Amino acid sequence: MTRTAFERQLEGIQEDMLVLATMVASAIERSIEALKGRDVELARQVITDDVKINRKRYETEEKCLELFATQQPLAGDLRTIVAVLHIIVDLERMGDHAEGIAKIALLLADEPPLKPYIDIPRMAQLATQMLMSAVEAFKDRDAQRAIAICDDDDEVDALHDQVFRELIVYMINDPKTIQRATYLTWVSHNLERIADRVTNICERVVFLVEGKMTELNVSKY
Amino acid sequence: MKTEPAAPDEAPATQAKRLFEPPELPLLVLEDLSLWYGHKQALTGVSMNFPINKVTALIGPSGCGKSTLLRCLNRMNDTIRGVRVSGRVHYHGVNIYDRQVDPVEVRRRVGMVFQKPNPFPKSIYDNVAFGARVNGYPGRQMNELVERSLRQAALWDEVKDDLKASGLALSGGQQQRLCIARALAVQPDVILMDEPCSALDPIATLKIEDLIRELVQEFTIIIVTHNMQQAARVSDYTAFMLLTHEGGPGEVIEYGPTSDIFTNPGDKRTEDYITGRFG
Repeated sequence: MTRTAFERQLEGIQEDMLVLATMVASAIERSIEALKGRDVELARQVITDDVKINRKRYETEEKCLELFATQQPLAGDLRTIVAVLHIIVDLERMGDHAEGIAKIALLLADEPPLKPYIDIPRMAQLATQMLMSAVEAFKDRDAQRAIAICDDDDEVDALHDQVFRELIVYMINDPKTIQRATYLTWVSHNLERIADRVTNICERVVFLVEGKMTELNVSKY
Repeated sequence: MKTEPAAPDEAPATQAKRLFEPPELPLLVLEDLSLWYGHKQALTGVSMNFPINKVTALIGPSGCGKSTLLRCLNRMNDTIRGVRVSGRVHYHGVNIYDRQVDPVEVRRRVGMVFQKPNPFPKSIYDNVAFGARVNGYPGRQMNELVERSLRQAALWDEVKDDLKASGLALSGGQQQRLCIARALAVQPDVILMDEPCSALDPIATLKIEDLIRELVQEFTIIIVTHNMQQAARVSDYTAFMLLTHEGGPGEVIEYGPTSDIFTNPGDKRTEDYITGRFG
């Protein structure tokens, strides 16, 4: 006895999750592009597209609930659906962080640039790479890779600390920069949160493969 | 009836393979249990403990030996012609297959509930009292015993006003609870259930499942079920059985806490079965 229809539905929710991850990665990249290029049109597009991300999350969530209600999933199937259900929530929130960056891009579009953007794009690039690697680890059911991805979160955290310190110095030296510098700390914070949420996805990959709940992103404080 | 119980000093044919030991006190301890129907071997090398005051579910595809294993636990297989058993089933430290052990006494202590409710064509009262009377239970205390057994089986409130009504006049779910009351009346400490809900509707099934969770506080329950969700809902431990090869005997593949078996089984064959990939 096979469960062809169920397997198709199970693949469907995983594909939906991958599509959602791609939408979120694109939103992060475009929000940073909008910030760097002072591109109001692109920032507005990221904000509008967040509705699509939210819709995709709810559609996928409904499909997961339907599978619980109709298929009584167990073992690996159960862990797959539970993992997808958690991951899509994290992805949707990451989309919100990208939308937050796009809103700041709008606020800063008419302001003179405070400094050249170097570390913030680097943070965005790292966070996006982490996200796509986590999704690959999910596809390949690769727990070791998922664990290794979390090391990159330390680098994002270090960059966040560096950006924060640097912006504080700007604010101390010239109080006229306080508003712009504060906006940029929010951008940095959004990126730091995105990377944190990738570690949540990695935890779900470990759960999916090994059936164990493991906290990968342990606070250093 | 032709049964050849294992001699007490007979050495096991193979090294007993114990997959998992529940931490609770074991009430039934199986050592290298094998069974043959004539020349056909139906069970091989089953070694496992059934813990006291827990529900243990036996799951597996049809014909893998679940019911055969269950029936070994109170020597019900003795009633089948040509059955031969090797290995040991220790109950309170005594091998129930020892020659001096009376199978009738085993069955009194290890009661059984079957797939289809099978009340006697007698009154509700007599159905419950029957076994106790046979066992010489004093008549003056019989009313108390009948009430206690019906209460334990969660049937008392539904039948207390008409205990003289025929047991056959009850609904299927009530009949099954009457059979459980009948099993409880002889004061066993183990109850074997062979697919007790397979002939019942969903509501009656849930009532029996609730009852199982109540009864386990006082009794040790071992249940055979084809319903994965039922095994997941009612049992504390689950054993997955499978044939060693096509046409071969059944064996226990995996045994462990139910939560582990149904969320993260260790054996791919268990995973394939409980997720409906075969069976």
